[in-house]
Amino acid sequence: MGKHIKTIARPALQSTIKGCGCGECQTSCQSACKTSITVSNQVCLKESKQHR
Amino acid sequence: MIHKFTVNGERFVLDVNSGALHLVDGLVWDLLDDDYPRRTREELVARCAPEYPPDEAAEAIAEIERLVAEGALFSEDFLKGSWEPPEDETVKALCLHLAHDCNLSCRYCFGAQGSFAGPRGLMPLEVGRRAIDFLLASCGPRRHVEVDFFGGEPLLNFSVLRELVAYGRDRAARLGKEIKFTVTTNAVLLTKKTGDYLAENQISVILSLDGRRPVHDRMRVFPGGDGSYDLVVSNISRFLEAHPEVDYYLRGTFTRVNLDFAGDVLHLADLGFDKISVEPVVASPEESYALREEDLPLVFAEYERLAAELVSRARRGREIDFYHFNLDLAGGPCLPKRLSGCGAGGEYLAVTPQGDLYPCHQFVGRPDYWLGDVDRGVLRRDLRAMFRRAHIYNKEGCGECWARFYCSGGCHASAQAFNGDIHKPYRLACLYMQKRLECALYFQALKAQGFSPFGP
Repeated sequence: MGKHIKTIARPALQSTIKGCGCGECQTSCQSACKTSITVSNQVCLKESKQHR
Repeated sequence: MIHKFTVNGERFVLDVNSGALHLVDGLVWDLLDDDYPRRTREELVARCAPEYPPDEAAEAIAEIERLVAEGALFSEDFLKGSWEPPEDETVKALCLHLAHDCNLSCRYCFGAQGSFAGPRGLMPLEVGRRAIDFLLASCGPRRHVEVDFFGGEPLLNFSVLRELVAYGRDRAARLGKEIKFTVTTNAVLLTKKTGDYLAENQISVILSLDGRRPVHDRMRVFPGGDGSYDLVVSNISRFLEAHPEVDYYLRGTFTRVNLDFAGDVLHLADLGFDKISVEPVVASPEESYALREEDLPLVFAEYERLAAELVSRARRGREIDFYHFNLDLAGGPCLPKRLSGCGAGGEYLAVTPQGDLYPCHQFVGRPDYWLGDVDRGVLRRDLRAMFRRAHIYNKEGCGECWARFYCSGGCHASAQAFNGDIHKPYRLACLYMQKRLECALYFQALKAQGFSPFGP
């Protein structure tokens, strides 16, 4: 942590392009009439299994 | 590309391509913009003068440069702004319209009070079975498949729902698959018996409740015009008290009538509910309750107020799971998922009571978007290919938007309804989404440090 910048989250996104996209995660509706709307709050099943 | 934003007075910088998030002071805030990489050191120091002395500016620049070197600021887009999704005809989720009918007549209903502008009716058991057969035959190697019972009001067809859960579980087990069921209900028919069944069968439940009594009763009315708040709150409370383990979300809608919607979220929390989602209404601009561009400042302020209040409650030991502030800073979905979004028209389809397939529940009743049926599968492969390629790099404005990897291009159905093209996102929804994401990042940044203040 620096004096002027506090990093809250490290870079993580671009490394997930390879070996991913397995499609096992829950479907995420983007409309406002169902509860979902953003993809970013989805849980990756692959990740959660690895951490188990 | 970076995105600078403030929420409740705190300054943040998001590195768009890497997802790195930084809390910054005023000096770094002044130094950073998208032109930063093109500026000389002398120019940067001069920009900060006379407010900041040159040695302090140099110190801040050194911190920035360290993060640039680590790929945490101004990182490149790995995909260079284009992506060709793999050819894939897998279907992994169905929205089953068990009922094109409803026992409420909600004034803002996008589904024409349950009928979806077609004949009223219930899905016959046989159609539901064929839909599940279609899903299991189309899910390829996917182990997890999903069925959402939707409507109208799906509990109007409860006997078929029960039969389909038993049928789906049996068929899935034979194939080594897991089938997850969800029901989206207005809770009018959520009796003790129905609730016990849903809980015992581990069916996830989305319960519609808008918030404060006057807000809810203004929109969510019985056909005779009476409000449904008392019955719905009573049913939901009994259900969740009896089954605290159940996977649920309370789901409300806010409109122009309650732009102070944070009050509704907090009301639901005060009723004792912990998992809450309250979302902007989907409505034609001519409707009096439709949100307008001029409402944005109030809505934005309300999201910030909500974030601050939820932080305050968390500090007092009561953490509310507000769905739209729920974002995984350290992980979350992979990039292919973030690029392609909801999967409507591809891995996710809606099924009408007659067995017709549409890209999602919102497209039901739009004849140009009929895809096929549960017996013959998807016949409009051209449409399917169009939906598959409708990812963020092919949508108007998304490639330049900082929120693209969180929002994934927004709702295809809204884009089509408002702009006549699934590739042209509905601008007002984009603006709400961006603000909500900023508040989500703020909330999660505080959560990551146990909700203690950021300090000086």
